Amino acid sequence: MSDTTAAPSAPTHGMGAVLRHAQYVIRENKVTGFAFGLFVIILLAALFGPHIVPYDPLASNTSAALQAPSARHWFGTDQLGRDVFSRVVVATRLDFAIAIFSVVLVFLMGGLAGVAAGFFGGWTDRIVSRIADTIMAFPLFVLAMGIVAALGNTVENIVLATAIVNFPLYARIARAEANVRREAGFVQAARLSGNGEMRILLGHILPNIMPIMVVQMSLTMGYAILNAAGLSFIGLGVRPPTPEWGIMVAEGAAFMVSGEWWIAFFPGLGLMMAVFCFNLLGDGLRDIIDPQRRT
Amino acid sequence: MTAAAIPNAPPEVPLLDVRDLTVEFSTRRGTVQAVKHVDVTVGKGETVAIVGESGSGKSVTSYAVMRILDRAGHIANGTITFGGVDVGKADERNMRDLRGREISMIFQNPRAALNPIRKVGHQIEDVLRQHAQAGSDDAKTKAIAILEQVRIARPDERYHAFPFELSGGMCQRVVIALALACRPQLLIADEPTTGLDVTTQKTVMDLVVELTRERGMSTILITHDLGLAAAYCDRVVVMEKGRVVETANSHAIFSAPNHPYTRKLVRATPRPGVTLTDLLPEDDAVSRSALRKASAINGAAHQGAGEPPLLVVDNLIKEYPRKDVNGGSFAGLFKRNGAASPDAPPPVFRAVDGISFSVRRGESVGLVGESGCGKSTTSTMVMRLIDKTDGQILFDGEDIGAIPARQFARLPLRKRIQMVFQDPTESLNPRFTAARAIADPILRMGDEKGTKAVRARCEELATQVGLPLDLLDRFPHQLSGGQKARIGIARAIALKPELVILDEPTAALDVSVQAVVLNLLQDLKEQLGMSYLFVSHDLNVVRLLCDRVIVMQAGRIVEEGPTEQVLGAPAAAYTRELLSAIPHPPL
Repeated sequence: MSDTTAAPSAPTHGMGAVLRHAQYVIRENKVTGFAFGLFVIILLAALFGPHIVPYDPLASNTSAALQAPSARHWFGTDQLGRDVFSRVVVATRLDFAIAIFSVVLVFLMGGLAGVAAGFFGGWTDRIVSRIADTIMAFPLFVLAMGIVAALGNTVENIVLATAIVNFPLYARIARAEANVRREAGFVQAARLSGNGEMRILLGHILPNIMPIMVVQMSLTMGYAILNAAGLSFIGLGVRPPTPEWGIMVAEGAAFMVSGEWWIAFFPGLGLMMAVFCFNLLGDGLRDIIDPQRRT
Repeated sequence: MTAAAIPNAPPEVPLLDVRDLTVEFSTRRGTVQAVKHVDVTVGKGETVAIVGESGSGKSVTSYAVMRILDRAGHIANGTITFGGVDVGKADERNMRDLRGREISMIFQNPRAALNPIRKVGHQIEDVLRQHAQAGSDDAKTKAIAILEQVRIARPDERYHAFPFELSGGMCQRVVIALALACRPQLLIADEPTTGLDVTTQKTVMDLVVELTRERGMSTILITHDLGLAAAYCDRVVVMEKGRVVETANSHAIFSAPNHPYTRKLVRATPRPGVTLTDLLPEDDAVSRSALRKASAINGAAHQGAGEPPLLVVDNLIKEYPRKDVNGGSFAGLFKRNGAASPDAPPPVFRAVDGISFSVRRGESVGLVGESGCGKSTTSTMVMRLIDKTDGQILFDGEDIGAIPARQFARLPLRKRIQMVFQDPTESLNPRFTAARAIADPILRMGDEKGTKAVRARCEELATQVGLPLDLLDRFPHQLSGGQKARIGIARAIALKPELVILDEPTAALDVSVQAVVLNLLQDLKEQLGMSYLFVSHDLNVVRLLCDRVIVMQAGRIVEEGPTEQVLGAPAAAYTRELLSAIPHPPL
């Protein structure tokens, strides 16, 4: 039985079918639905955060310092009397942006290098694979610290460091996926149609690898957020008083012992939910994209 | 115990009795009935074939008997009685006992059915021990004895072999050994020889029939090949779209098929003494036949014998370096350097060993042989997708063999040589619509410019290959095998090539679809005056489509000549062996 899933009768193509399938996956898999919901909240917070928060995240008010969570200050206030809720919400934009840009950057570097390595083989493959091996030889977080320390303490360098650290992962996945397709029938057919090698790589192989890369990008998003927060936590990258989850956790950590737990707890919760969301989202996306699971 | 009940069963009760079986699968588009009200009985010692095309529910029926349906499927209705035991109601532990010991199964892909990292001998021991047929002391002896029974030469050596060290036919024998290890009462063989060469198919099928006969076992053979079914089975059950349409003994099924679907299947099966149009359903064939005659007159004029040949292949050689002379075993790692044995094979492997042939304009030449004979390597070289090692490929007088394959894609010559691939699914980019796939060569090398002109040409081609225009915007996974094959053909003829290489274009298709596609290819050839180089292992198909046949074995040509001569009165022993291995239904 080779082909039991012959032509379905309903016209099932285009955007409508994708949405219908997404709907089906969310309905069947509650966890994925939850992740999609979280994602929408994060996206809204990132887009409109500064406009919807009740307080100015930078405005200090020493008379209201170190207040526990209450109806006025949902997440309490920190040592300078700043509203923790406003700061957590506003921080979403920065952390989200760092994650997005680093993931796009690593896709452009690692993804494309990996596809080329897998498709062309030979020297391209050797160079890309050895670069990946070299990066893998370092403890990744220490490498990211080193890059930021060496290049300068800026948000741009955090993005770059996060991208470089993830390079091997993308390069290897893209390489493996391109490699199994390089002698595929449709690639041979593309050669017969007069496509040059570069056009086959970009026009035929890359679109077929994109779904896998998108899933990978979602999974890496969580790691990228964690990495950025981690660098900020140890004092690299983003500087106070900018609201950022990592810094806020670092600042609040000192107050944990004296009982003011909310300063570190809520940014930490935001961080956790964001990472959680992107990891679950990655799993959900894989279900949507993977036709084998379409039963 | 379930096993104890079986010998006491009265002889008139069939061993397996499937009554009114309905199997449902829940999908996201609702419930689908894969098998509808099917009745099948298998008596003791009987060999029954279940024949049908893809999607007919033949495999699902057998999975239901074994209770190995996947999670989405369940038995909705009907009873399955095996030796007095109701399989439908038996609990999972009893079923596990039944599988392997009472009913066992051979799967289509023998390599996938074996654990790739376990020695085949150990795998047989596992089955024996699982069902308490052997203890730790005698398992090895028994396993070797079983390997010997399935005619594996040097069984004590092969006991230590891994599946990848064995050929496809050899692997299938190991799978048969596994299936028969516990002397089951019923063997279910699900397409056991699909993907094997015709001579291997014959040895494997002969072995299965012989072993099951001598043990008085019953067999269910699931196959799409009516010829195979009729040649090896007592009774044939024909299934279509989940229903049994006809059950008859194998003599009657070919001589007097009752149901229209069976008639269609019998007609569509390529066999000696028929023409291409005979394969089509009756009403269709008459009109086609008249059409063919009219165009054949034009075609004959086109096939000028005096012209220089379109393609001349002269002493073509392709060598591959041997990766590991020691056959990949770990022993090789520990051998001392420089201790190469004098009888070690040469450092290169000749896939194609100095072959020469020619193809005239408008001619169809068949290139036949078994897997590994070099026919695909030859066609890929002529196609200029890989480079030759030595020799000449002259196309219309020009030595295209001298142009590196990488550059060839961009030359105008590329338009004149095209190819239809073996697997219609694999050769279509899953992310391109049908229209985009057909348009690809036109966009790169065609004369049509602009979106509208390209689309118009696509529609013209789709009409030419009989693909409904409303399917043009679908993706490959939304199309059937036959429709995908048509897209592959439309793409190949889009640039009006002079030579088209057909690499087993119908091997992945159902027999009724194959009949239509073969007729389409013949029509297109006559309309467009193309030459075909038809690469195939199926001599019956070659007989229908080709003017001349070249038989290859181990990289060399063993016989060449007009089709009727080579297939009617073969001179080479190898050709005779190939011909005799084709299963002949009892007529």
